[in-house]
Amino acid sequence: MSKQKVIQALDAASSRRSIKYAVYLVAIILFFALILLPPILGIVIHFTAIQVILNNPALENRALTAIANSFMIALFVAAIDLIAGIPMAWLIARKRSRWLSTLDTLSDIPFIVPTAVLGYSLLLFWNSPSGISALFTGSLISTGWLLVILLHFAFSFPVVVRVVVGALLDYKREFENASRTLGAPPFTASRTVTFPIIKPSLIAAFILAFSRSVSETGATFIVAGAFENGSIFLQNIKNTAWSFRQIRGIFGSTNPTFYGAIVFASFILIAVSVSIFLVVRTLGPRLKLPVNRIWPSFERKLSYSKAESSRNTATLAVFLAIVLIPSLFVALPAFQAIFTNTLSESLLGKGIWASYWHGLVLSYGLAAIVTVLNIIIGLPMAIAIARKKFGNVSSGILDVLVNIPLVVPSIALGFSLAIFWNTFTSIPQLLLLIFAHLTITYPYFVRSMSAAVERISIDMEEASRTLGAKPLGVFRTIILPLTKYSIFSGAVLVFTRSLSETGATMAVASTLKTVPLVLVNWIRPPPSQPAASPLQIGLGSGYLILLSFVILLASRLIVKGKGRY
Amino acid sequence: MPDVRIENVTKRFGKLLAVNNVSLHIHEKEYFALLGPSGCGKTTLLRLIAGLIKPDKGKIYIGDRLVNDVPPEDRDIGFVFQTFALFPHMDAWDNVTYGPKVKGFDMKKAGTIGHEVLEMVRLNERLNAFPNELSGGMMQRIAVARALAAGAKLLLLDEPLGQLDAKVRNDLRYEIRRMTKDLGLTAIHVTHDQAEAMAISDRIAVMKKGSIKQVGTPSELYMAPDNVFVANFIGESNFLEGYVADEDGKKMTVDLRGEIQIEVTKDKARKGERVVLAIRPETFLVKKGMIGEENSIAGTVERVTFEGTNIRYEIRLKNQDLIVIVKPSMAGEWLHVEDEVTVSFSSEKVHVFEYPAAGLKEEIAVE
Repeated sequence: MSKQKVIQALDAASSRRSIKYAVYLVAIILFFALILLPPILGIVIHFTAIQVILNNPALENRALTAIANSFMIALFVAAIDLIAGIPMAWLIARKRSRWLSTLDTLSDIPFIVPTAVLGYSLLLFWNSPSGISALFTGSLISTGWLLVILLHFAFSFPVVVRVVVGALLDYKREFENASRTLGAPPFTASRTVTFPIIKPSLIAAFILAFSRSVSETGATFIVAGAFENGSIFLQNIKNTAWSFRQIRGIFGSTNPTFYGAIVFASFILIAVSVSIFLVVRTLGPRLKLPVNRIWPSFERKLSYSKAESSRNTATLAVFLAIVLIPSLFVALPAFQAIFTNTLSESLLGKGIWASYWHGLVLSYGLAAIVTVLNIIIGLPMAIAIARKKFGNVSSGILDVLVNIPLVVPSIALGFSLAIFWNTFTSIPQLLLLIFAHLTITYPYFVRSMSAAVERISIDMEEASRTLGAKPLGVFRTIILPLTKYSIFSGAVLVFTRSLSETGATMAVASTLKTVPLVLVNWIRPPPSQPAASPLQIGLGSGYLILLSFVILLASRLIVKGKGRY
Repeated sequence: MPDVRIENVTKRFGKLLAVNNVSLHIHEKEYFALLGPSGCGKTTLLRLIAGLIKPDKGKIYIGDRLVNDVPPEDRDIGFVFQTFALFPHMDAWDNVTYGPKVKGFDMKKAGTIGHEVLEMVRLNERLNAFPNELSGGMMQRIAVARALAAGAKLLLLDEPLGQLDAKVRNDLRYEIRRMTKDLGLTAIHVTHDQAEAMAISDRIAVMKKGSIKQVGTPSELYMAPDNVFVANFIGESNFLEGYVADEDGKKMTVDLRGEIQIEVTKDKARKGERVVLAIRPETFLVKKGMIGEENSIAGTVERVTFEGTNIRYEIRLKNQDLIVIVKPSMAGEWLHVEDEVTVSFSSEKVHVFEYPAAGLKEEIAVE
């Protein structure tokens, strides 16, 4: 059969109701079977294991304190992100100029560079004697909670800025103009009109920043020192246990204490994250911003040039000093390494570099596989949600469920996933890694795709149907061409997210190490392994930054203003 | 008191010259329309007056105050937006009282003003409804009430009726004029609908491509257009091209195509010049049959359209020019397709214009 005939046959098949729904149904079943249920059921099946912890008050306390730290830091960071991110987003969205669009690109860097690299960079900048601490005696900021906060701020700030800039660009300025003509100075206009209208995006930005903070593991481990949050607690337990190969179902024989601790902490982390997400999601829209109270003279003072320019200066200063420069500081040792024999050693794969290149190949291969899988199983789901193929209510529920892997701490998710699959079968480590990364990245892809599909007016689809296109034909000739750039940016998002992932990877991997894990091990080596030199770590980070830049530039060049109709 | 003076104002958007060296004086308590096809710069001019954008050159005065550097919130204006721009997160009442509140009035005073203006737009129910629950007409009334509640003496309206159904539009336009007159406001109303502008304005400025083509009362624009663009845009005109053959005293003779001469009232044009004659469809006299009258041309009826009040004939003159004639449908005998007729010109109702350098079609084009 010719290609033409195959397409015709498929088109004809797609107009059969049963086949159309079967496609969506398969996508939904795969979502539940592979993505949503395993990480939830894993801990539920082995829930009884937590009894050991309840009998061990010291360990229980340690776990609870760590978990409380997770949420306090996440709440604090997400709040600060909004406070600092809104003025930055305002500046980028409203003052269009060449150097600001450069700034806009720069603000993507902490987003695309793997967080482990970011963690090391911050460690160098704030803590090591070669960084800013050189100006002081000893280290300026020692490892611990303060450095964790600075780190989480650095990688979540760009996410918040990106979301708020998008919301401000989509927002109809006419509302603000109306407010101004009615007598409101700029500050009052944005406080009483603009921000209440873009509130859903502010809530989304808050949730994203919050869950990124709760979830991040690798980089946090690098800067945490003796400090523990939920994810680091799990990581520490695993590290202790791993040397004895003692966690049942994951790595062989059992140490009930460690096993119980992992189930206990994972369960609480998952349950609390999901609850917070649901609460913010349901109560957020009802949260009223105080638009009826107005302080005319005070707000007037905040509105005009002096206040505005000092606000902009402060915003830029925060961005440069706390986000950008610390994030890129690792470039310094990377450059130094170029002029030593570290470069040739690395290129020849000598010594510890062999594991680095293995890790790199594994990371990129894994990211590629996960990206392709996401497109195949995520696209029908995104369309089902955007076009409400299963009615308003079920589409709304699916929309919420899809977000859950995003808000759950990834290391807890990884453990639960591993426990689930190992209960039934002895699953290869690589497959487990693929499942874990698929679960973590799936929400990013489906969310961005369903938003892209929603932007296509249903009129286009209807016009195409009236002109004789079958459902698959509509997809092929309308949806696909109109969303191809969104698919591409969604794929880039998935790819970079997978490259950066550490939490779930740490949980499910024992011998396979992705490149961020290799770096984490170099920086904080387990007892059996010798530490890597700063030049080696710097160069290893440098390669990753370089590759990330290539991806960023390539994707910018390909998409470049297209994809918006 | 708010008259508005615009002196040599220019505004560019990149390469586009949106407002080109415009000067205009809008009197106090006047209902003034800015009329023109879309893209002519009328909305830009209104937004310049409101301070939503700043001019590249020129001065804008509201009353005696130079407002070039005054932000919109301090210009003491009311603005009604084309899309209404009702705040979607506030109900009707909060929208209407927003102005008094941001100006720092206490709640009681804001409430009093709110009731007053809602009384004025005859809308005192459904105050707890949100904008997406209101009909187009109601949203429009709320938008006007909100602009009035700010207490301004200058009301700026940007296509305020553009989003409404035809019937509602006709009712509301008189209501808006009545309110501004009752309150003694100066109003500047942007529209592309010439019938709307004619019906409610004291004076109209007709704009094209960033420039003002003519300013005048509705009847001045209709009876004495300054140029072919206005003659075509306001009402309807037939255009006949020709050359001035002769001029003497109060009359001049124009050669049309096909060696036909007609006599018109003397105008600026000189002997030998190429001209365009603009003639309103209702000013012709038509008689059945071929009658050799003074100042007339023979022709054949090509199409008859019944329009209700009027009946409209398209007549092919013997020199092949096509003209449109409109007659009241209730008066006299109707003509039929292929009737031979004689069309007479009343020489004082023919407007003579210099032939536009850019060509006639380009000059009257609205896009």
